[in-house]
Amino acid sequence: MSEFMDIITADNLTYKQKVLKLAQAAENSEHPIPTTPAFDRFFSRDAICDMHEGNAPYRARYICVDFQKFARQGSDFLRLDAPENLDDLLFNLEVLYENIPSVTGRPVYCGQLDKIIDPFLGDLSDEEILPRLKRFLNFIDRTVASGYCHANIGPEETRAGRLLLEADAEVQNAVPNFTIKYDPAITSDDFARLCLKTAMRCANPAFANHRLLKDTYPVPEAGYPDGYTIVSCYNVLPVRGGAYCLDRVKLSRLADMAGSVDEFMDKLLPEATAALLEYMNARVTFLVEKSSFFQSSFLVREGLIERERFCGMFGVIGMHECIEKLLGPGHTYGTDDEANDLADAIMGKVTAQVLDFPAVYSEIGGDHYLMHAQAGFGDQLESTPGVRIRVGDEPEVFYDHLRHSARMHRFFTAGVSDIFPVEPTAAGNLDALLDVIKGAFAIDDKYLSFYPSDSDLVRITGFLVKRSEMEKFAAGKAVLADTSHDGEGNWRANALGDRKVRL
Amino acid sequence: MACRAPVNRIIPFSLVDGPGARCSVFLQGCNIACTYCHNPETQRLCVGCGVCVESCPAGALSRADGSVIWDRTACVACDTCIEVCEHRASPRIAWQTPEEIFGIVRGYAPFIRGITVSGGECMLYPGFLRELFSLCKAVGLGTLIDSNGTIDFAAHEDLLAVSDGIMLDVKAWDPDVFSKLTGGDVAPVKRNLAFLAERGRIEELRVVVIDGWTDPEDTLAGMAGLLGERTGAQRLRLTKFRRFGVRGPLADAPSPTDERMAALVRLAERLGFADIVLS
Repeated sequence: MSEFMDIITADNLTYKQKVLKLAQAAENSEHPIPTTPAFDRFFSRDAICDMHEGNAPYRARYICVDFQKFARQGSDFLRLDAPENLDDLLFNLEVLYENIPSVTGRPVYCGQLDKIIDPFLGDLSDEEILPRLKRFLNFIDRTVASGYCHANIGPEETRAGRLLLEADAEVQNAVPNFTIKYDPAITSDDFARLCLKTAMRCANPAFANHRLLKDTYPVPEAGYPDGYTIVSCYNVLPVRGGAYCLDRVKLSRLADMAGSVDEFMDKLLPEATAALLEYMNARVTFLVEKSSFFQSSFLVREGLIERERFCGMFGVIGMHECIEKLLGPGHTYGTDDEANDLADAIMGKVTAQVLDFPAVYSEIGGDHYLMHAQAGFGDQLESTPGVRIRVGDEPEVFYDHLRHSARMHRFFTAGVSDIFPVEPTAAGNLDALLDVIKGAFAIDDKYLSFYPSDSDLVRITGFLVKRSEMEKFAAGKAVLADTSHDGEGNWRANALGDRKVRL
Repeated sequence: MACRAPVNRIIPFSLVDGPGARCSVFLQGCNIACTYCHNPETQRLCVGCGVCVESCPAGALSRADGSVIWDRTACVACDTCIEVCEHRASPRIAWQTPEEIFGIVRGYAPFIRGITVSGGECMLYPGFLRELFSLCKAVGLGTLIDSNGTIDFAAHEDLLAVSDGIMLDVKAWDPDVFSKLTGGDVAPVKRNLAFLAERGRIEELRVVVIDGWTDPEDTLAGMAGLLGERTGAQRLRLTKFRRFGVRGPLADAPSPTDERMAALVRLAERLGFADIVLS
């Protein structure tokens, strides 16, 4: 059977999932982006990877719509007036979500929801607002149905933020992910504790280090408090913009090609990095100049996104296995100084090369692509996400793990994260979790997430899935959220159930 | 000679030894012997009998000059030594100075807000505690004492001056019940309760509930009677007995029911306690 017929006849995919897969298969039957012999060589060895983004990109990978602007102006194209009350606003947002593309075919970002919703709460009581928010969150969960979709709150405490947390804990959904932009100088301890209490119930929100991230990109217009937002797993991207693409060097596979550390550092790493950078330029050029996306989208026309606020992301993955292969047993990444120093040198080298390369159409990145610690998606063996320490090799003392994270986080502009399961009893001492987050952020960790070790909602690479849904899919049944597909494979391949319970 | 104390273990991150993230330091040696003790191997100091040396599967123990020497790097933490010990001791301790412990604890900043020293009974080493706490205070780390209350705090004003507070166990109220459970005398516990409450130095009162061995109803009533109008100002932690680590007659004893614990909370509220934690 052809690939198309396999999709058409599959009994474990929903109709929508089949349509998405058929579209991707059709896209992949075209080959408009030229590749170089160097790219082909590394690609054939799985040392560089295009993330299955599709051969002929006709939409940006991640789109971060300026929903606050949308809430002010409505949409001519969608024939939506500017909302006058909460019901108008939530309806308008739902309509817009249906019209935002991405690599998954659905939005990976649904807004800085507290800031968007708070001005519309007016005189409504909590009892009037909560059912509306729950219905709204359920709409996103059941229609977007992708764990890569992400909402933001914070750093300020707002009534909308509190009510969103309360609603999210009650609906127990995997979609959207929530992140709080957290800054202890701005966010009250009470609100941070409420976030942690909620995380102990539904694994949301994760914590982003707002102090470090707030100046990552210029604001889209005067009056905005910052110019970044957290989307998809934990990508830090310009609001009113996004990411054209995400391609990656698989350090673990690249190390397979190396006869020595020197060959890896001096030859393979620069060659693979260069090959991927050239490919990204070709890919972005096609998207911007040929695909007509930025010329035809109403999102651009109505100022909800701007081409000039997009950039490409350069990803790395599999540092742990890379170091293991280069140094051999006895030098465990995460706990061995020589291993950690080599990782630091690798990241320093890649980053310098990326930041030296003239990237096309990447004004927001200073004409350079953005570094991202890519975490994988499906069942990829032998590639621990980004620069994380492999499950099973975590340092004995949690604080050493956090220090290691901070050391590696400093290389990444467009997203890097760690995930820690915690004892359910931590719900009884939220201050303890908060102390650890404050400590980690003080030493420049950029992003942390927690979930209770007995939770049905678990984080895979960054995205959330329900264990119960993964089990259904593993048993051959169709499930609504296709991130359960990625999650199921990744959970098994990376032994995520064995993550060290940290607190 | 430098002031040293026998350190059983240091837990870098504890959720249950006071407010926030804390490092817990467990000192070896206790002046009572509770039947429900979770860490009976912390009760006594090693007598050097050497039984554990023969049993150690990793060859991490040896004898020299009548003492048992522990090789930390060879140890596989299998706990065989503490299981075969007939003296409720452990060979896996290190006599360390306050400066040495502080050096370790300080490495856990900025993730912790303080330390809690427990045991055994840490008040057996008040000079060590005072020096350790002074070092911690100087860098802004909090300092809590977890004590069984059998050693008079009134005699240690200098230690109290560098302590944020005391987590005080009140294991029983009736002298006979206390003595049967611990082998000790409850009178100093009551003196300490009155003294520390009057000074506002109680971080938490701890009452463990185990059917048939403690009399928590009597303990709550006794404490409230002694505390009078200060009752409401004290945080009370009611802890379910759990058999993990326990040896002897209570090794397989059941935990009290949720209903019993809920009834105790209601009783404590009637007696005037306002800040009650169940664990």
